[in-house]
Amino acid sequence: MIELEALTKRYGEKVAVNNLTFTVRPGIVTGFLGPNGAGKSTTMRMVLGLDRPTMGEVRIDGKRYDQLKDPLTYIGALLDAKAVHGGRSAYHHLLCLAQSNGIPKSRVAEVLDAVGLTAVARKKAKGFSYGMGQRLGIAGALLGDPRILMFDEPVNGLDPEGIHWIRTLMKSLAAQGRTVFVSSHLMSEMAVTADHLVVIGQGRLLADTSMADFIERNSRSYVRIRTPQRERLLDVLCEAGITAVDADGGALEVDGGKPEWIGDLAAQHQVVLHELSPRQASLEEAFMRLTAESVEYHAHTGAVPVPDEALTASARQAWGSGWKKGA
Amino acid sequence: MASVQVVRSEWTKIRSVASTMWTLGIAAVVTIALGMLISALLSRDWEHLPPEERAAFDPTYMSFAGMSLGQLAMIVFGVLVVSNEYSTGMIRTSLAAVPQRGRLLFSKITVATALAFAVGLATSFVAFLLGQSMLGEHRTSLDEPGVLRAVVGGALYMTLIAVFSMGVAAMLRSPMPALGILMPFFFLVSNILSNVSATKKVARYLPDQAGSTIMQVVPRAGDAAPYGPWGGLGIMVLWVLAALVGGYVLLRHRDA
Repeated sequence: MIELEALTKRYGEKVAVNNLTFTVRPGIVTGFLGPNGAGKSTTMRMVLGLDRPTMGEVRIDGKRYDQLKDPLTYIGALLDAKAVHGGRSAYHHLLCLAQSNGIPKSRVAEVLDAVGLTAVARKKAKGFSYGMGQRLGIAGALLGDPRILMFDEPVNGLDPEGIHWIRTLMKSLAAQGRTVFVSSHLMSEMAVTADHLVVIGQGRLLADTSMADFIERNSRSYVRIRTPQRERLLDVLCEAGITAVDADGGALEVDGGKPEWIGDLAAQHQVVLHELSPRQASLEEAFMRLTAESVEYHAHTGAVPVPDEALTASARQAWGSGWKKGA
Repeated sequence: MASVQVVRSEWTKIRSVASTMWTLGIAAVVTIALGMLISALLSRDWEHLPPEERAAFDPTYMSFAGMSLGQLAMIVFGVLVVSNEYSTGMIRTSLAAVPQRGRLLFSKITVATALAFAVGLATSFVAFLLGQSMLGEHRTSLDEPGVLRAVVGGALYMTLIAVFSMGVAAMLRSPMPALGILMPFFFLVSNILSNVSATKKVARYLPDQAGSTIMQVVPRAGDAAPYGPWGGLGIMVLWVLAALVGGYVLLRHRDA
């Protein structure tokens, strides 16, 4: 379990991470989503004690990172696949990490085997492809058989086979009851791996929700209609028991309706239509709208401090009404 | 502050990178070979030396003449051991494994210092013995007063130069500025300062100028330093401690 409490990081005037409070629970994959520069990597570095929080704290199973004895046996992390000395072999890289945490030597061969690097174990890391470097980083994370795993953008730069491998690995780790915390800037990636979603933008918490909830709220289809006979169409729809809402540009939108159905209805009542189109709000769009609103929100409120829960609630509301308006 | 398992880990780190081991080898070879060459040349030209130089001749120090160049390889070793963690990004992996930063730094320095001392001791004895063999009738031996101290001192000097470089590298992190400051300083600036009369007195307290008195058996004619061989080494140790404290303080407070 990773607990963040009011975690804040400032670099001079710039606030990279702003008052983040959330908990990453065991047994599921928690996705950590945000656009580039949202503060995901900074947050993860603070979890590992690499960067010092300006305010707030992070607890790993109730302890501060530097209070953990042999931390690699509690939490394994892949922050940066290139955080390896290129002149050292994969075997020696893992061996020095194992020794520093009192992990038996035999474990090195095990994790090399688990990530499929046994054949190149004695080769220098600088000759590794990006995908191999990523695998070596993951081997390092698995080394101490930790209950918590944290991966920063693990699928970046990987080929489809590598991506599939990592997705499967994360799911199986969570299925073993481990805590898996993985960041990404791609909603589509999170949609297929994460069970729970933490979204940040501009360093602020925007959503902390289960993936199922997020999909239910955001992946709805609707029909967009434009007509010069607006009032007449609304009457027709109302009679048929269909609710339409106003959208931008004088258009109407009908939730979950079938275009054939509305088209037939309009033809029966001789209503002229200028547009009748099925639309799908993709998760990616929902995510972009959510983070875009955080920027807007941020700019309007300025220095007024807002408690996290209120922020989250308003962000949820905003994106709920946002898609209806077809923003 | 160091711990057994972290020391073991640092030993694996240091021995598994070829570049750091190479620099130690180069330090040994350069120091020994150059000392032999200069000793041989001096022995051949003995007849042409002015009498005051003959009187102040220090055969022990002469066999360490290669140190001025060999120490540069020791500097590279000290800098690389610390800064390659930063230049490769390995430091983030290392600090995640050992979040107690002082423990990481001092375990690393313990291992690198022990290795530098082992190489320094071997280098110093070989440089002395081979240097003396080149000096022929002007040679001295380990039985003479102060000679054994000077030879062991040569090992200490090489070690301290490396440790000083580790401290500076811990402060500067990146290898290029660290090497860019240390190499010209010890190879040129320090020598120039100690030969210009205006700065001579101050230059005596520079780490290499003070530390190298430990390798002298016959004090330099005309300008005896206000400290003895051990006093000089003590001054160098203070410089080294200052560099280590600086490196530790910065490492502790900096984001990795």
